[in-house]
Amino acid sequence: MSAAILVWSITIAQAMLVIAMACYTYRLARGPRAQDRVLCLDAMYVCAMLLVLTMGIRTGSSLYFEAALAIATIGFVSSIALAKFLMRGEVIE
Amino acid sequence: MELSPLFLILALPFVAGLAVVLLPSDSRDPATWLAGITTLACLVLTAILYPSVADGESVRYQVEWVPSLGLDFTLRMDGFAWIFSMLVSGIGFLVVIYTRYYISPEDPVRRFYLFFLAFTGSMLGVILSGNLILLVVFWELTSIFSFLLIGYWHHNQAARDGARMALTVTAIGGFALLAGVLLVGHIVGSYDLEEVLKSGDLIRSHELYVPTLVLILLGALTKSAQFPFHFWLPNAMAAPTPVSAFLHSATMVKAGVFLMARLWPVLSGTPEWFIIVGLAGMASLVLGAYLAMFQQDLKGLLAYSTISHLGLITLLLSLGSPLGAVAAIFHMLNHATFKASLFMAAGIIDHEAGTRDLRRLSGLFRYMPITGTLATVASAAMAGVPLLNGFLSKEMFFAEAVETHADSWLDTAAPYAAVLGSALAVTYSIRLIHSIFLGAPPESFPREPHEPPFWMRFPVMFLVIACLVVGIIPGLTIGPFLHTAVSSVLGAETPQYSLAIWHGFNLPLVMSIVALASGALLYLVAGDYLERSERPLLIGRIDGYRIFELVMVAMSWRWARLVEGIFGTRRLQPQLRLVVATAIIAAAVPLFYAGLGFGQYGIGVTDPAFVGLWVVGMICAVAAAYQAKFHRLAALVLMGGTGLVTCMTFVWLSAPDLAATQLVVEIVTTVLILLGLRWLPKRTQTLAEPDGGLARLRRFRDLALAVMAGAGMATIAYAVLTRAPPESIASFFVEKSYAEGGGRNIVNVILVDFRGFDTLGEITVLGIVALTVFALLRRFRPAPDTIERPEQQRIQRSYDEAEPDREPGATATDYLFVPSVIMQWMFPVIIVLAAYLLLRGHDAPGGGFAAGVAMAAGFILQYMAAGTVWVEDRLRILPVVWIGGGLLLAALTGTASMLFGDPFLTSYFRYAELPLVGKVPLASAALFDLGVFGLVVGATVLMLIALAHQSIRRLRAARIEENP
Repeated sequence: MSAAILVWSITIAQAMLVIAMACYTYRLARGPRAQDRVLCLDAMYVCAMLLVLTMGIRTGSSLYFEAALAIATIGFVSSIALAKFLMRGEVIE
Repeated sequence: MELSPLFLILALPFVAGLAVVLLPSDSRDPATWLAGITTLACLVLTAILYPSVADGESVRYQVEWVPSLGLDFTLRMDGFAWIFSMLVSGIGFLVVIYTRYYISPEDPVRRFYLFFLAFTGSMLGVILSGNLILLVVFWELTSIFSFLLIGYWHHNQAARDGARMALTVTAIGGFALLAGVLLVGHIVGSYDLEEVLKSGDLIRSHELYVPTLVLILLGALTKSAQFPFHFWLPNAMAAPTPVSAFLHSATMVKAGVFLMARLWPVLSGTPEWFIIVGLAGMASLVLGAYLAMFQQDLKGLLAYSTISHLGLITLLLSLGSPLGAVAAIFHMLNHATFKASLFMAAGIIDHEAGTRDLRRLSGLFRYMPITGTLATVASAAMAGVPLLNGFLSKEMFFAEAVETHADSWLDTAAPYAAVLGSALAVTYSIRLIHSIFLGAPPESFPREPHEPPFWMRFPVMFLVIACLVVGIIPGLTIGPFLHTAVSSVLGAETPQYSLAIWHGFNLPLVMSIVALASGALLYLVAGDYLERSERPLLIGRIDGYRIFELVMVAMSWRWARLVEGIFGTRRLQPQLRLVVATAIIAAAVPLFYAGLGFGQYGIGVTDPAFVGLWVVGMICAVAAAYQAKFHRLAALVLMGGTGLVTCMTFVWLSAPDLAATQLVVEIVTTVLILLGLRWLPKRTQTLAEPDGGLARLRRFRDLALAVMAGAGMATIAYAVLTRAPPESIASFFVEKSYAEGGGRNIVNVILVDFRGFDTLGEITVLGIVALTVFALLRRFRPAPDTIERPEQQRIQRSYDEAEPDREPGATATDYLFVPSVIMQWMFPVIIVLAAYLLLRGHDAPGGGFAAGVAMAAGFILQYMAAGTVWVEDRLRILPVVWIGGGLLLAALTGTASMLFGDPFLTSYFRYAELPLVGKVPLASAALFDLGVFGLVVGATVLMLIALAHQSIRRLRAARIEENP
């Protein structure tokens, strides 16, 4: 019974995460401002990290958890670089 | 590896050359001692080997070189090689003594001895090679080191030009020789010299004989400066005189005739051989002697005389008669003896009188009587005066020239050419002595001449005494050794010959007398004219140097520009179009013939979430392509989305290690492109829309190309995916990864263990790329419209300046207040992550590469948080040290296994019990991985920081502009 609940909830969670990513993709492609795009990319990283976690729960492997950890630790670097670029016109000054 | 004397003879000069480099820079005497002892050791080792070669046997030394190609590293010494290596190491030793006094202490002495010893080693390699491919390798090495030696005084234009010309000519010849040797190998089926020497009939009757012959002769004739390739030798006279004495009398130029004599039993005796070799030899003999007469430069005269004497040897070899070969080998030795001594005497004169212009030198005999006497005797040997060694071989030459060998005009002309060449040799020899040593001394010399130190004169004296001794009692001195050499070349064909001085009153003697008399007469008549002439009579306007320059300019400049004009373009679009179109055709042709076979697997049932993910990725990719033209930042962000989906795909398809690496690379690439974006020229706002049918047609063509390439690629990839995976090496790795590599992460074990050598090569390339990027960026000049501060910074700055209570730059600091604290706190966390990825990489996802890039991301984060100046005040990152250290560590780990007798890069693995931590897997591959890590960190940081530093440079430049 609990296994069935787990399978269903994971499937639904994954589907919803992908739908969220699709929504971000719309903003990513349309804009209109550069700030919208950067924000969307960052949000997509978060979705991707969560997606990896759901996969980890589904397979029961800790490797996925570590992959999610890696995304969480350094995934924000590119968002910061993009934000700094928008704010100051160059990444490292 | 046993130490055979043969191997020692070859290896000693190279080892000593490297040792010389390690000496302190002002060590003229230690370097001389080292070089002298080395050449002497080679001489002694060679001499010891004589009993083994005396009875016609040969000494061999063989180790496997490239067994898969049937190539062995074979050294072989027979009588001929023996006498040549005696010659090379003996004259090398004398030249070292001479050099001690010739080279001034201001010259870089170590460089000279390094090149000199390396050249000696290469020349000994040519002589001792028992394998033709090996011979070509050493042959090329002699060309390269002769280039370096001729150009030793590289501040001198003439030296550079002469060196370049010598290298161009001899290296082209070397290339031809390689092709010729490959043909010989094709005909015989082996490159082993002994096999080849046995297959003379096979080679001569083969249909490829003529091309083989022409190619090999091209190599030999260029090396020996034979007509029409003779022009490089006089221009090589810009070399220091010891180099000329060694290279241009006894070794380098002798390599060509050595090779011809070596392969004489195999190649000679055919009409083609006779015509080509004979013509080259005869032309060189007469032309060289003729031009030598007119030279005003002492060394130039000797250079043309060398061409002439080598022509004599070549002509003797062309005859195809065993007696001719005997005379040729004998003359090689004699010429080396007297020409080396003459070159050294010329160096002494130049050194002591300050000039080697024959017009300015005169009456030197009263200043340096001993040197004068020695030079006179050596010149007499060069002219072929009786009782000297030159006379003996010349008599043999005359005797052979008179004999009829082939029914051809060339053979008929031979005796006349011989007498003419010899007469001219007498003339220039007399001129040499007369104009330098005799006559009244001029009012002043550039330097007051005097006798050189005894040891500078000693080599000349030694060689001149050798000329005399060989000339008077040949049978007792050189006789047995010459016989050994000759019989090792000719084998059963060795003829009866006599080395006596007096053969009775015969035709050769008459020819000798005629040559001596007419040469002396010519000098009496024309001596004054020669002294004053500006250029040679009749053919003075034909200058080999100018022809060579014209050809070089035409080939390397005009033709190159022409080809570039036809095929090149400076615009990216046509180039890309060509590349893509070529790729489409290259893929379409095999598909057209073999068809695109789909396999049995289809798409099947797939997770809808996965499909959704891919749709997201594809939308991002297409949108990125669409935005790329006008909106770079949007394209970059969209590419980030595609990259993220790629990473997720790897995770989904159970390749988390690939995903981790891809993720860090994705992030660092984004930062890198952002750093570069700053310096791209601004977008042109008003871009005229292309109108007209032609422009639209062009766009459609480009679109069609793009769609074809993309769709084709996708189709092929899909077709491959539908097939069953072929039997590949993958299962091997899966099986052996833990059993033999000691790791469960197969990808990592492949990288650091099974394919460790590839990885070593790759990280080396990565290091080189990083250094190249760094070097290029040092010279980077940004486009004019990107030099000033970005718009945002100007706005924020003017706001700061307008407000009385704000400092400039405060806006940026305020904005970044919270983020920068987080970014700095993340630094240790990222270091831990990198360490974790590195340490567990052998068994689980991770590894040196991913860890290195993650670490680099941590560094970059600090730069972004607080700026370059702040970070570099607090944190000293030395990327070059990281690169060097990483590479060194990786290489040393690999070398360490050799200490235990295993091949390079064999890894070692065991479990170790550590206190507190417990059982830890220890593999030497982990050290290798640490090296990879260090190099990746260094390379990534070096490139990113080099880009980031552009901003500081801009600030500095602006500051200088503001306050000049």
